[in-house]
Amino acid sequence: MTQAVSAKSSLNWQKFLQPLVIPALSIFTALIVGSLVIALTDLTVLEALKNFFTAPGAAFSASVKAIATAYGSLFEGSLGNPAQIIAALQSGESKALANAFYPIFDSLVTATPYIFAGLAVAVGFRCGLFNIGAEGQLYMGAIFSVWVGFTFKGLSPWVHIPFALLAGALGGALWAFVPAILKAKTGAHEVINTIMMNYIAFRLSEWLLSDKGPLKRPDSANPISPFIEKSAELPRFFPDPIRFHLGFFIALGVALFVYWFLFKTTLGFELRTVGANPNAAKYAGMSITRNLVIAMCLSGGLAGLAGANEVLGLNHNLALSFSSGYGFDSIALALLGKSHPLGVVLAALLFGTLRSGATRMQNVAKIPTDIISIIQALIIAFIAAPAIIRSLYRLKGAGEGEGTIFTRGWGK
Amino acid sequence: MTATTTVVSSKMLAERAHLTRNRAFGIAFIVIALAIYGLFANDVKPEQISTFGLNQGAVPAAERLPDWVIPSYGTTMLLAAASAAIGAYQLVRGFGRATSVMLGLVALFFIFAFLTWATRDQSINLAGMLKTMVSRAVPLSLGALSGILCERAGVVNIAIEGMMLSGAMVAALVGSVSHNLWIGLLAAMLISGLLAFVHAVLSIKYKVDQIISGTVINIFSAGITSFISSKFLQVYQELNTPGTFKAYPLPGLSKIPFLGGIFFDANIFVYGAYVLLVVVHIGLFYTRWGLRVRAVGEHPQAADTLGINVFRTRYINVVLGGLMAGFAGAYFTLGSVGRFDELMTAGRGYIGLAAMIFGKWTPFGAAGASLIFGFAESLQGKLAILKVPIPSQFLLMAPYVATMIALAGLIGRATPPAADGQPYEKQ
Repeated sequence: MTQAVSAKSSLNWQKFLQPLVIPALSIFTALIVGSLVIALTDLTVLEALKNFFTAPGAAFSASVKAIATAYGSLFEGSLGNPAQIIAALQSGESKALANAFYPIFDSLVTATPYIFAGLAVAVGFRCGLFNIGAEGQLYMGAIFSVWVGFTFKGLSPWVHIPFALLAGALGGALWAFVPAILKAKTGAHEVINTIMMNYIAFRLSEWLLSDKGPLKRPDSANPISPFIEKSAELPRFFPDPIRFHLGFFIALGVALFVYWFLFKTTLGFELRTVGANPNAAKYAGMSITRNLVIAMCLSGGLAGLAGANEVLGLNHNLALSFSSGYGFDSIALALLGKSHPLGVVLAALLFGTLRSGATRMQNVAKIPTDIISIIQALIIAFIAAPAIIRSLYRLKGAGEGEGTIFTRGWGK
Repeated sequence: MTATTTVVSSKMLAERAHLTRNRAFGIAFIVIALAIYGLFANDVKPEQISTFGLNQGAVPAAERLPDWVIPSYGTTMLLAAASAAIGAYQLVRGFGRATSVMLGLVALFFIFAFLTWATRDQSINLAGMLKTMVSRAVPLSLGALSGILCERAGVVNIAIEGMMLSGAMVAALVGSVSHNLWIGLLAAMLISGLLAFVHAVLSIKYKVDQIISGTVINIFSAGITSFISSKFLQVYQELNTPGTFKAYPLPGLSKIPFLGGIFFDANIFVYGAYVLLVVVHIGLFYTRWGLRVRAVGEHPQAADTLGINVFRTRYINVVLGGLMAGFAGAYFTLGSVGRFDELMTAGRGYIGLAAMIFGKWTPFGAAGASLIFGFAESLQGKLAILKVPIPSQFLLMAPYVATMIALAGLIGRATPPAADGQPYEKQ
């Protein structure tokens, strides 16, 4: 095992690029299929398709136009308008600069919870656990950290921020502990239990923010919590419209920590062994129960940090349905990143840009953001079944067992 | 030598586990008895009464059943005492195989005591509640049947949720456009069958992890249905008004007092569920086809050796499961509200899967479990009316919590088909 690890670490360029081929082609193919969905649901295209046999060119050009508007606004919304950026750089005016760079910074802001949540799912995968409950754990993390954020007053930011973040991690970990212990003790499958915990978390947050709920802001008619103290807010680096905050760097730090934990510690090694081959792990004297529970709690803690990050860095309070499905997206993300922290960070940056651009796409091209879910589902399918991509692009050489992550069936 | 000691010690361990299990159940029963006493019996005054209505819908005056009126205090005390007695017997002697039946009985006592307490000095329509239970259980048991068809052939299908959601959306859309509910229903089944075929290709041909493949379909369905809903269904209301199948009282059967109104005055989804339950049960356990399916799910190598085409069996069963899930999905739009709302299945597919596991992969077991979940849903609707001092959000959690408890295998350990979830590799 150690030999294999050291052999892997001495990489050359080809080895480095090889694993990127399938993910890159998967994303590309998913975007193509996504564009078909966009074209086929566009009203002008549908209108033109009626006359397809008399004037096929009209339908074609309408499709191209629909796709170009959609992906064009997606690009502008996520990375910004290149002309505007150049003009702003030349003028050097701070307001123009802020406007020009706003999209790219906002993409990083959106990528931040993705990094945490993606790491959460990835840690689960490494131990053979499929944590679909990241969304619920994220809610619990947000609930715990917002409570710490507005309850404790007069703390120094040096104390308050770590305290609130840890509370968030604890909330997520607690929420993950329930399915973990059920899995370890009774064999109940974590997929269903984590989904059930999601629904329970949603209802719980609804109650907490309802009229008689303990987290409800008394002076408001809306279901929102009080704002957190200034001392618990994650600092922002630029003046107002740009929301880029410390959370991004915390996320990178946590990714580094997860890498160190998984690949450089005994516990991480045990965890990966249990995931790769539970029977071998058992014979080597490792406790499957313990490792499952640790992995799931760590996973939940990371998802909880994603929620804490949103509350402390972005919203500064808790509102109903504040998360737009980060927890669900993170499954695709962890698969895309092959459950490796570096891969997860890269995938999170990609998804962050996609998601942040999708909002603009909805406004400009009137394409619902749900298109992103469709593209994500396709990416997962292609990553999980690389044979499809191989046959589509006539690629040679199928590595044995590549890209397959084995979760375990019911009760085993 | 070592072999015998391990055998002996494992036997002893099993016995000890059995004993602790017995004791744990006994204590649980006693705790429930105490809960009935403390929470309910203790809280009602001796003179209070609970009234349960036994008529469902518009019943002619001559056939009306009188309301069922019981003393609240006496009833709750009796239920507490009965639970305590069962618990005591369990601790001293143990019910053995009947333990799970007793657990069901005590749970029923608890629920009934709760209802009695909640309706003290008020009245509740018991028949209406049970009718809601039946209709709520329909999509769950159809979902469970879909799961049974797939898993008995060895393919785990967590995509039932996504297939139901797509089925619900397509049923509403096609039903509205064609102005024909039957065409909408057919389209729902076809689209879910198609999704099931994708699941089959991914998990049988490409040997993708079946949980991942199912998740793909769930995420895809959530995305595409919400996409089409916000782009078309919400903008053009005429695309989202399919109407619903009307209830059709079965002649004769619907006249049975109390039960007739609950079970035999419903729309085609309820009757369809009855028929499919029987068909799948007989098909799986009394036909050559069923034997083959189960062989493929338990020991595909052996089945293959005997000349059964493992791949074809799995493909067929997964697609059949998809058609079933489409039927279940159409219930949400054509059988219930007559309109598609985003993510309207709200996890029912997963609850159906839990019902399947709860019912030990048998159609009737799963249907029984679905009725329990259906009851939890109908309860939550009624309690909001009774003004029980429990926040409605907690009542809404009930089906999910019940699912988790069921999955934890409180009622016996459920054994899935041996080859469930494993891709088959032809030798």
